[in-house]
Amino acid sequence: MSQPDPAQRLEGFLQRVPYIRFLGMQAELDGEAMTAILPFAPHLVGNTMIPALHGGVIGAFLEATALTQLWVSQGSGKLAKTIDITVEYLRPGRAMTTYARADLRKVGRRVANVHVEAWQDSREAPVAFLHGHFLLSGD
Amino acid sequence: MAVDLELIRQMGQHMATTVPQAAALGFRFVSVDRARGTLEVPWREDLVGDPGTGVIAGGVVTSLLDHVCGLAVSAAADTVPFGTATLDLRIDYMRPAAPRAGVTAEAHCYKITRSVAFVRAQAWDADPADPIATAQAAFMLNRG
Repeated sequence: MSQPDPAQRLEGFLQRVPYIRFLGMQAELDGEAMTAILPFAPHLVGNTMIPALHGGVIGAFLEATALTQLWVSQGSGKLAKTIDITVEYLRPGRAMTTYARADLRKVGRRVANVHVEAWQDSREAPVAFLHGHFLLSGD
Repeated sequence: MAVDLELIRQMGQHMATTVPQAAALGFRFVSVDRARGTLEVPWREDLVGDPGTGVIAGGVVTSLLDHVCGLAVSAAADTVPFGTATLDLRIDYMRPAAPRAGVTAEAHCYKITRSVAFVRAQAWDADPADPIATAQAAFMLNRG
């Protein structure tokens, strides 16, 4: 039996995780590099006055991007476990689509160090950064 | 001059239930005290992060911790209302929550200045002494 196409495999993964469906997160692949996409939705709002995305949503989207990129790159079929994350907020997440790219800075035998960047209309004006440590499968 | 606790309680209930993301996740107000707040999120099928285990997603815990930290900042302030913006949020995950378990989170704003507030929080599923996650956050205050 032939291996499923990586894009289909990724789509299947995103559809299988209930919370990723709750967020409405999507992703596109360019080789192994993934761009995560979070279309705006009213239930993601944390401040109705601006309106702005909830800070927790931005953190969760960045964390999900890191976990999904690790899942794509590791190819083990298992999810890494988050050890710690730090989210730095640079500007409000406005009521529009948010994008994120993860950079696997170091993937060791047991732990990966991952940096993620989120932006909206311009990558030169990032909305938030995340850096974190993730425990790889097999432990 | 600190604001009235009853006013903080009403604001806490309002924050827990009317903010769209909080309502969508099903947050419930538990309690508020001077510079402290507690919220909970019941387990739900659509909030699961790993379908193999049925454990609630880390992202839900992230939103809950961010939200409860904001509540503690509001409960620490000498004036209400004002806006808060998260500067940074660090979360350490001690262990996964139990399968099909909801999560409770408590935050303490241990220092507040005119512009910045510093908060610590922890989240647990069954026992506060056995946390699933701890958090440390800094917020900017936007005083009206």
